[in-house]
Amino acid sequence: MNRREFIQKTVPVSLLPFFIGGYSVKAFGRSPFLETLISAGTETDHVLVLIQLNGGNDGLNTILPIDQYSNLANARSNILIAENKILKLTDKTGIHPIMSGLKNLYDSGKFTLVQSVGYPNPNFSHFRATDIWLTATDSNVHESSGWVGRYLSDQNEFPDYPTGYPNTVMPDPLAIQIGSVVSSSLQGYNSSMGMAITDPTKFYQFIAGTVDPAPNTPAGHELTYIRQVAQQTNLFAGSIKNAAAKANNKSSLYPMAPDNSLGDQLKIVARLIAGGLKTRIYIVNIGGFDTHSVQAIAGETDTGTHANLLKRLSLAISAFQDDLKLLGAEDRVAGMTFSEFGRRIKSNSSGGTDHGSAAPLFLFGKHVKGGIIGSNPIIPASVTVNDNIPMQYDFRSVYGTVLKNWFGVSTEELKRVLFKDFQILPLFASTGIAEKNELPPHNFVLHQNYPNPFNPNTKIKFNSSGANLTIKIFDMTGREIKTIAEGYYPQGSHEVNFHANGLPSGIYYYRLQSGAFTQMKAMTLIK
Amino acid sequence: MGDQIVKNRKVTPVDTSKDLVYRFANKSIPNLERTKAGLEPYSGAWGTVQILHFLRRTTFNPNLDNIAFLKNKTLKQSVELLLNSSSMPEPPVKHYTLDDTELAIGETWINAPYNYGINSGIINNQRKNSLRGWMVDLMLSEGINIREKMTLFWSNHFSTELNEYDDARSGYIINKICRENALGNFKSLVKQITLTPAMLRYLNGYLNSATAPDENYSRELQELFTLGKGPDSKYSEEDVKAAAKVLTGWRINNTVNPQATFYDNSRHDKTNKQFSSFYNNTIIVGKNSSTAGNDELDDLLNMIFAQEEVSKYICRRLYRWFIYYVIDNNAEENVIKPLAKIFRDNNYTIKPVLDALFNSAHFFEFVNIGCQIKNPADLFTTLINQFYVLQPLKIDVVTYYTVWVYYNELITFMGQKLMDPPDVAGWPAYWQSPQYYELWINSVTYPKRVQFSDSMISNNGITRGGFKIVIDPLILVNKLNNPSNPNSLVAELVEYLYPIEISNDQKNFLKNQTLLSGQSNDIYWSDAWNAYKSNPTNAATKKIVTDRLMSLLKYMMSGMSEYQLS
Repeated sequence: MNRREFIQKTVPVSLLPFFIGGYSVKAFGRSPFLETLISAGTETDHVLVLIQLNGGNDGLNTILPIDQYSNLANARSNILIAENKILKLTDKTGIHPIMSGLKNLYDSGKFTLVQSVGYPNPNFSHFRATDIWLTATDSNVHESSGWVGRYLSDQNEFPDYPTGYPNTVMPDPLAIQIGSVVSSSLQGYNSSMGMAITDPTKFYQFIAGTVDPAPNTPAGHELTYIRQVAQQTNLFAGSIKNAAAKANNKSSLYPMAPDNSLGDQLKIVARLIAGGLKTRIYIVNIGGFDTHSVQAIAGETDTGTHANLLKRLSLAISAFQDDLKLLGAEDRVAGMTFSEFGRRIKSNSSGGTDHGSAAPLFLFGKHVKGGIIGSNPIIPASVTVNDNIPMQYDFRSVYGTVLKNWFGVSTEELKRVLFKDFQILPLFASTGIAEKNELPPHNFVLHQNYPNPFNPNTKIKFNSSGANLTIKIFDMTGREIKTIAEGYYPQGSHEVNFHANGLPSGIYYYRLQSGAFTQMKAMTLIK
Repeated sequence: MGDQIVKNRKVTPVDTSKDLVYRFANKSIPNLERTKAGLEPYSGAWGTVQILHFLRRTTFNPNLDNIAFLKNKTLKQSVELLLNSSSMPEPPVKHYTLDDTELAIGETWINAPYNYGINSGIINNQRKNSLRGWMVDLMLSEGINIREKMTLFWSNHFSTELNEYDDARSGYIINKICRENALGNFKSLVKQITLTPAMLRYLNGYLNSATAPDENYSRELQELFTLGKGPDSKYSEEDVKAAAKVLTGWRINNTVNPQATFYDNSRHDKTNKQFSSFYNNTIIVGKNSSTAGNDELDDLLNMIFAQEEVSKYICRRLYRWFIYYVIDNNAEENVIKPLAKIFRDNNYTIKPVLDALFNSAHFFEFVNIGCQIKNPADLFTTLINQFYVLQPLKIDVVTYYTVWVYYNELITFMGQKLMDPPDVAGWPAYWQSPQYYELWINSVTYPKRVQFSDSMISNNGITRGGFKIVIDPLILVNKLNNPSNPNSLVAELVEYLYPIEISNDQKNFLKNQTLLSGQSNDIYWSDAWNAYKSNPTNAATKKIVTDRLMSLLKYMMSGMSEYQLS
């Protein structure tokens, strides 16, 4: 018996129509200039689709650092993709051969790869790491509101939501989670800013207006009645139903249900976007990435569990992007994948990988800049079971860039949403909101430390463009060890010292960051 | 006065044309297979399912401790406990700061005057709040006893609207009568209700005199309070007129505290009252004395209670309150009729009737479990009690009354105003055919129900009088058998919170989406739970399990309709 056949009301909403001071917030437009003046909301027709990969995706078998291949082979021969099978994005960087769809998007400039996204002092618990990604906090901060929820509730745009919604200004849900339980990323300061639509196959029953019969008993009889009322009293039901009725999926690339639940979810999202919903955020999920064992088939490492997951991901995104184009909605939509963590560099003897830290993150859409941000992770020649990919980019840099350059959130607002400043990355090419956000010309160079290996002192040389910058040291688990340079460095060559007093032998990373520029190198401490 | 009669008398059928959702409500009484079981003693299993059904239907507190307690009793012992008499509560007290001179905060207002000049209305409103909040606390704190559930039943059966007669003191008196006679003699209860100030005012009995007869109470006494409108209830319009004459002469004395009713023989109709063949052409002989009103009232009640239909009508009312609104032929033959006989054989005492009903096989039949829609009072009290929501200590009167008064507002908000059914017929969920219980849920009240449970399971809860009202899911979950196993945790919660079973697929779904945060391995929940248990004061590990439990419970309450069933 199917019990989740209708959309799920998650926030109580009053029936009274509501106007914001009698005028439409559209009047504020999207000019960054205006926003700096009034900081009064970010009325936009842009849409962000978040794809959560539950379980922790093995980034190293998704995006492969070809220039590190021999060291990778030492660390994970039982699962590593054969070098000749890797699909090359560039000479140095490749993608899992099953993801040809994403390779095509990359080639057409609609796919941006951000390397080694993570955060300092990573947590290796699914729950805690997921909470960190959804709430966008430092790893030692426990926050109840989510980053999207803060964005939606921190604007002056939707005061008092959900009281007074839907209304003429916002007739649709602010955010939609495909699924039953609303993501905690949508939790605002007081109430959830999103609603959930039950899982895809059931959703079609919802939009067709039918309800499965409950048990043929008196209790079932009353249950049916309550379910019908629950469905009808969802104040957004009408607008969602109308939007879904207005548009039909056009892409022939969609995988058939039930093989690809992600594709099914994105099909609904495409329909709702094309059908005219003003909803700004959609969240979809695909699970199963927690591949501790047998993630690839021995001898045919480009097949198996992980390959199947990546295949679904690639097919679903390609079809979705194709659909948006055919539906004429491509200009409005950007997508982003994320997972609570990557996986360990070294594989298990059982052919899987344990919980790791930083991992690649994807953005896609007509207006993403395309290409690769960051450099390949550095794989040491000998890797222990605890070694991890260090982060190059903080995930909150990605969030912040999306909010700023896709939704036009002001810098001031951004700091409230993300609690501190993060570097803005060149993720979007042209958005109608911000000017082209190219990495500005620069003279930054981060040199290899000397001596290396070292014990306990070493020197790090770098060139500055004449800017504020930081250089931080991380260990192999991603723990932030020390900041060795911070502040304004005039144009020219500089040198800082690093004293590894009290630290154990091993590989350490040093990372220079200034604005959008990030560079990282490895060094070895031998005691 | 004429208007008043029309207003009280006219029972407005629910208008189903304007509200979109009513189109889903019953168009006719559902014709579902039920049961042939009758009043024979139940002899089946006495497990969690049956005990929960028993507690949900007969008390306001189906919590884990009460379940555990009854597991060590037999059904018979449990019913005995349920029907035990209990000492009457202390009356409601003053919690407001308005000046009604001689009263201190914490003193009862029930015997205090009404008239304080321009403040009378405001003070009376505060007393009404005090009364209703006090009633909610009695429900919440009662435990395994039926008294408050029956008090609510009688306050619905003898419906009067406190906001209509608008005197908190009268409200307290009629409520006290219902409570004191909750399981007692029904005929005596009818007589007390007839003469209580609230009813005399509400149905105009105090205006009913020989020269200006008022049929309002006479009609409802027969149609709603004793005989009902069933096919075998054949009193006539002449009987309404005749009974009205019997009931003339009663007055309210507002100058004494507490208010009193008295009989004014000069206003009494002293003629003989002729009744119809339905009453065997009875003549109640007109009397002329200071006790004439009382004597003739006894004659009237004797005549009415000679009709078997009274016992059947009351048993049907009890059936719709405790079991289901559909009374099919089997239920009429095997439950209502034998129950009515017990009622008559016991001289119209309620207790033996309930004793038979709750011990019966019929009560525990599978088809009778989960088929009620919780009324707002049930929804509220079961949520507070099942989650062990912390209550204010009874130290500072202002604080705890402020919280209780707010509780009453919540129940009112969801569509049930205590002491104030919408009209003289009581809450339509218990009489309006064919929709019955479905009338509790509509496009206005359903979102409010969801809003209530959502606000209780939010991070901040609701604060009133400086006291925070919120579900801490760990209090309940720590009492469960095996919370480290997400499967048994979900299964236990489903059994505890829903009266009907859900599929394993649905349970797995709940587990995966909430407890496991989308992960597929149970161990992640177990690890998180064990991490919390090994150091329960660690805020970080506690938050990890609390957030996930909140997500699960929020979905179970506001996301699944099963939670609305009782």
